[in-house]
Amino acid sequence: MRAVLLPAVMLASVIALGAQSGTDRTRLQAPLGESWPTYNGDYSGRRFSALAQINQSTVKNLTLAWTRRLTNGTSAPGVPLVVGGVGDITWNGATQVKGSILQVDGVLYVTTPDNTWAIDGRTGRELWHYVWKTRGGTHIGNRGAGLWNNFLFFVTPDNYLISLDARTGKERWTKELASFEQQYFHTMAPIVVDNHVLVGSSNDLDMPGFLQSFDPESGQLQWKWYATPQKPGDPGLETWKDLDAAIHGGGHPWVPGAYDPDTRLYIIGTGNPTPAYTSAPRGEGMANLFTCALVAVHVDTGKMAWFYQTSPHDTHDWDSAQTPVLVDGVFNGRQRKMAVTAARNGYFFVVDRLTGEHLITSKFSTSANWAEPALNANGQPVRIPAKDHHIAGALVSNANQGAANWPPPSFSPKTGLFYVPTADTYAMYYLTEPDPRGALGLGGKEERSLGSLGSYLTAIDYKTGKIAWQHRFRTIANTGLATGLLTTAGDLLFAGDVSGNFIAFDPAKGAPLWHTQLGQVPSNAAQTYTIDGKQHVLVAAGDTLFAFTLY
Amino acid sequence: MCRAAFRHHAIPAAFVAAALFGTPSVPAASAQQGGAGRGGLVAYPQRPPGNPAAIERGKTLWGVNCTFCHGPDARGGDGGGPNLLRSSAMLDDQNGELIAPIVQKGRGAMPAIPLSSDQITDIAAFLHSIPVSSRTGPSTINILVGDAKKGEAYVAQACAKCHSTAALRTFAGKLDDPKTLQQMWLMPGSGGRGVGPNTAPIPRPPITAIVTMPSGERVEGRVEQIDDFTVTLTLADGRQRTIKTFGTTARVELRDPLQPHKELLPIYTDTDIHNVTAYLASLRERR
Repeated sequence: MRAVLLPAVMLASVIALGAQSGTDRTRLQAPLGESWPTYNGDYSGRRFSALAQINQSTVKNLTLAWTRRLTNGTSAPGVPLVVGGVGDITWNGATQVKGSILQVDGVLYVTTPDNTWAIDGRTGRELWHYVWKTRGGTHIGNRGAGLWNNFLFFVTPDNYLISLDARTGKERWTKELASFEQQYFHTMAPIVVDNHVLVGSSNDLDMPGFLQSFDPESGQLQWKWYATPQKPGDPGLETWKDLDAAIHGGGHPWVPGAYDPDTRLYIIGTGNPTPAYTSAPRGEGMANLFTCALVAVHVDTGKMAWFYQTSPHDTHDWDSAQTPVLVDGVFNGRQRKMAVTAARNGYFFVVDRLTGEHLITSKFSTSANWAEPALNANGQPVRIPAKDHHIAGALVSNANQGAANWPPPSFSPKTGLFYVPTADTYAMYYLTEPDPRGALGLGGKEERSLGSLGSYLTAIDYKTGKIAWQHRFRTIANTGLATGLLTTAGDLLFAGDVSGNFIAFDPAKGAPLWHTQLGQVPSNAAQTYTIDGKQHVLVAAGDTLFAFTLY
Repeated sequence: MCRAAFRHHAIPAAFVAAALFGTPSVPAASAQQGGAGRGGLVAYPQRPPGNPAAIERGKTLWGVNCTFCHGPDARGGDGGGPNLLRSSAMLDDQNGELIAPIVQKGRGAMPAIPLSSDQITDIAAFLHSIPVSSRTGPSTINILVGDAKKGEAYVAQACAKCHSTAALRTFAGKLDDPKTLQQMWLMPGSGGRGVGPNTAPIPRPPITAIVTMPSGERVEGRVEQIDDFTVTLTLADGRQRTIKTFGTTARVELRDPLQPHKELLPIYTDTDIHNVTAYLASLRERR
């Protein structure tokens, strides 16, 4: 059952850049333990920590080390406030930590839209607070920061990549990522691979999605990969009605991907095609490559090595940007390197990550009703056009949020199981723009929720695609997806439920072993690390951080 | 650097859509992933009103020179020109400076068009007066397309054992908007995006529970909250009682009056739904 770790991960780390503090390649490519230096802890997307002080025997003694409440736009008394920005608005929306929190050398780095904090990992005290004055943009969430040596990177809703000195919060440089007039926005945690800072775009207005790579020292653009064809002759153009449709086809890769040091491929999920619902302008039934796909992009060149499309011609705004997880293990009797993902459309996929060869598709959302019962020859779900939407309403599962979404999944090599928060929801989808030219972006459709049949923690066996166990969070509330996950070598699976509990589960069977009520629903996936020799588990619930440890 | 600072007045795109097509609609009530502001912020402010005379001149020039290919509303026309509302040059343009080279030199299938820079500035003023949004508001397109007779037959077979015709008439009489009527009969109390509290016009009926305690005592009440660890009931005397369930042998039996509605969701066809809604709407009309 035990999957084999990548020895090359350790070998590659020998070529470090010599920086002694902050984050360097050694830390970024080491097995996940003492620090949490990148979005998912390490590059694999597994969110599996080798730490085991907190385990099935000791977890009953897990206790609060500290808690800290954060406020957007203002710093605590006596805390250095660094202000930057190109706009004149200090955003004061509700503080919601929805990203990963980094931990290096006892310092935590926390973000919300327009805000970044350095927090003392021993006390929870703010060390500095950086505030970006905004010109606007979609302030839906920020997924965290990236670190390289003493350089911190994060993105803003009005399309800037900011580099700060991680020690002081002082600006090093800012770089405009995309046109604000074209209604781009940015939410992703930058991922640093060697001397590449990787950032994906967001946009709801028919603008093309792209992944950009920047030099961490200077902020210079190194390459830009577009998710859809942009000129005659580009691959995939034959899957669009015409070039104009492809240029406006979306496909935004807005959730951080996973990186395979052996192949130097960055594997990421792309977003939905646009216009999202009124899809005729994209070419009726055409696949719309490379939207809603797993793609592998070489980090040094920005060239795509392979793709596998998980939703051809999506019509529900169900992007496939969800975290890909790299799994090394036995598949059909032979050792393979795979990438697995649970998509917003309700299906789970396993592909070979060297070639993109499709290995498994399985349906994890029982209620999902938008596709035919049988997959096509490529293992892809086949859309039922009558379940796109209807003037009088089409009953569709899932609702817009999807059967899964950005909340990070986890994979434990000890159990061989992939864990993901899922939901079974229904909504009526109404077509409101019958003009065959369609609407812009997310327009042309009205959705009326019909509630939820359940919110789950779902464990999937990657070898079969079958659900190994599923925990339905008990609630009478009308709930969607719970927050993201963490597994550890202490045989624990940390998850938030939909009622404000933070829970440690047995990853083999799904039974809760420990829990505490946070007073707000957990809003990010937990991370774990060591400070002063003690393993900590950190989780955010809305505006408040909670650090737990053993004494 | 801060061109958007000049844009202060947000005009709902739906307003202009209505002006152009006579489709009455209202602005989107709530944003999903973006669009509207959060925390008092307008995410993408529309441009400030331009010079009305320039817009009027531009509109006339547009009608003569551009409408055939790009449509009267710039969303694409019979001549096959693309939707310009989402053109990157159009969106980045301020006063015609990005549009002029394309118009005067032509691009791709588009021929050069001999218009002066001043004329193009006027056309730009017209185009920039059309608000651009990635969202549209709810429409008032008639959704009552079902067959009321068939809907009546469906109700007789699937709903009548719980709901009398008189009760359904009262229910339908409270809901004038057909989409709300359809939503509320499918799942009373539902609203929002399937997450969090909502303000449905028909509340969800209370869920009750009987908890059998380890001692054998039975506690009955309305469920206020339940998770994997505790349940809170409001008892007959109004008092709330929270019972620990995790790690005990306490047994909870939930009674959700909407369970039959939930069990029907995977079974309905869209035609069944449209027919039932047409039937319920007809009850309302006959009231």
